[in-house]
Amino acid sequence: MIELSRVNKWYGDFHVLKDVDIKVGKGEKVVVCGPSGSGKSTMIRLINRLETHQSGRIVVDGIELSDDLKSVDAIRREVGMVFQSFNLFPHLTVMENLTLAPIWVRKMPKRAAEEHAQHFLERVKIPEQADKYPGQLSGGQQQRVAIARALCMRPKVMLFDEPTSALDPEMIKEVLDVMIELAHEGMTMVCVTHEMGFAKTVADRVVFMDQGEIVEAAAPHEFFEAPKTDRAKLFLSQILGH
Amino acid sequence: MGSDPFIAGPGQARTKGSDPKVALAWAREHLFSSWGNTAVTLMIVYLLWKLMLPFLDWALVKAVWWSPDGKACRVEDSGACWALIADKHRFMLFGTYPFDAQWRPALASLIFVALYVVSAIRACWRPWLALVWLGGLAAIGVLMWGGVFGMVYVENERWGGLALTLLLATFGIAIAFPLSILLALARRSTMPVIRWLAIGYIELIRGVPLISLLFMASVMLPLFLPEGVTIDKLLRAQIAMILFAAAYLAEVVRGGLQAIPRGQYEAAQALGLSYWKMMGFIILPQALRISIPPLVNTFIGFFKDTSLVLIIGLFDLLTTVKVSLTEPKWTGFGVEAYIFASAVYFIFCFAMSRYSQALEASLGAAQSRGTNGAGKGVA
Ligand SMILES: Nc1ncnc2c1ncn2[C@@H]1O[C@H](COP(=O)(O)OP(=O)(O)OP(=O)(O)O)[C@@H](O)[C@H]1O
Ligand SMILES: [Mg+2]
Repeated sequence: MIELSRVNKWYGDFHVLKDVDIKVGKGEKVVVCGPSGSGKSTMIRLINRLETHQSGRIVVDGIELSDDLKSVDAIRREVGMVFQSFNLFPHLTVMENLTLAPIWVRKMPKRAAEEHAQHFLERVKIPEQADKYPGQLSGGQQQRVAIARALCMRPKVMLFDEPTSALDPEMIKEVLDVMIELAHEGMTMVCVTHEMGFAKTVADRVVFMDQGEIVEAAAPHEFFEAPKTDRAKLFLSQILGH
Repeated sequence: MGSDPFIAGPGQARTKGSDPKVALAWAREHLFSSWGNTAVTLMIVYLLWKLMLPFLDWALVKAVWWSPDGKACRVEDSGACWALIADKHRFMLFGTYPFDAQWRPALASLIFVALYVVSAIRACWRPWLALVWLGGLAAIGVLMWGGVFGMVYVENERWGGLALTLLLATFGIAIAFPLSILLALARRSTMPVIRWLAIGYIELIRGVPLISLLFMASVMLPLFLPEGVTIDKLLRAQIAMILFAAAYLAEVVRGGLQAIPRGQYEAAQALGLSYWKMMGFIILPQALRISIPPLVNTFIGFFKDTSLVLIIGLFDLLTTVKVSLTEPKWTGFGVEAYIFASAVYFIFCFAMSRYSQALEASLGAAQSRGTNGAGKGVA
């Protein structure tokens, strides 16, 4: 489904990603973790070309990412993304947030798009908020709307970049529950998160990054119980330590 | 609260605004809250009183309202000479337009005002509004030029006064505004050539005064045109004003664009929206909304700048006012004439300003609690 091979990226002189290799199969759930500044966001954003790479190959759903705008558009239609800061459109209602892209990108009729959107609002457990503006919702509700918005495009892959880090503790669970449900339904997911409980529950693989490299990639129980590298041990002791 | 004797007795409804008790309480709290505050309030009231009294005396009590030959205004100790306005208001408002046909520019001005009013109502922001405008402008064109339906033809050299001012301002803003959005987008484009062109254009136009642009449009432009091709003087002035306004508005729009967080672009892109859809649905609606105050500020400035067309011999409202004063019987009554002109400008500019405040408030009401981020909500 997603394949990055020997991908490199620089910001000026700064080498952010170093020979990154990763493969995500259909239906697989991969959790990416690592210290701040290690390049996790950069890596995940390469997959839908919010960032560009300088060398290496990225293939998503059989399409290789290049400067060709058609291939970028094609991939963005198939890949949904959820951001740390929600990025809902504040001037549109929840319903309009959800139906805009299906109507204008997928060319769905308005009525069908709205029914579809209502269905996803029910799945993220906020069916009654359709007519509100994002600014009138709590953080956890906003993030669930953001998830529904991405799902409304019927993506084959969902990318999550620290979806719960901007949330108050009591709201984290409601978002994670939605994500766990999504995982059980067989969605292909790549998720940057430090929620180790979530990783243990749903991940097929945990990828640990540090300083732009993938240091370890292993099944969750292996990674958490027997990390092979010192860097991973140090990282785990830090996040589990408090 | 009901038991507090100073607020409201039982069964005594509390009304807002007009209630003298409320007004008194407000005054006590805001104007007389301390000795210092009270002193300042009293001093200002005193100064206003001292200034207003002679003005009212001049403008109302001793004013001359009617005097076709202007003699009454020359009498010793007479006040404002409103007789000038009574005598010359037709010329001030309609310029040298044929006197008997002046109902036509009057009606045209009313149509302009009606168009503004309809466009100001949000419920009317529908596709048919464009048709209303097309129809309105066509009617204005027919009225101003005439030549059909038994109306005599009036060449646009003779248009003047308020109708001309409204014409220049309306077309100026209506065309310059969309143009400025394109310019602002171009200035932020990732394509260097487009960006440089936009920067060059904006900086060039902003670097020269409108007067010199108008002058160039009226004097130099004809030199570059091929033999036999002439562009009407009014059109040349209009083009110069559009080019000028577009550059200024573009910078205002760019300011609004800069305030939109990157996450909005990224979310739109991640959903697969194309550049124009992203701009049209996501970025511009937000950017323009936060730009309403500076945009209206620029509109108001532009409305008043239309008076500069006088240097190329067009008779806008301010010019007709000035010309009225050259008549021997009215020379020396500039204050009255300019008060009149100012009042007309003020009505339009004040309406724009109030409208922008109302629009901002109504657009902001629904989504009052800001944008994204770690908003901690009240569910
Ligand atoms: N636009 C940019 N220009 C220059 N450097 C950048 C840019 N974006 C990110 N970086 C740098 O690249 C590195 C990797 O950033 P990235 O956002 O991918 O880290 P991250 O692993 O997601 O960290 P965090 O956990 O804090 O989100 C950081 O050191 C960051 O400073
Ligand atoms: Mg990050």
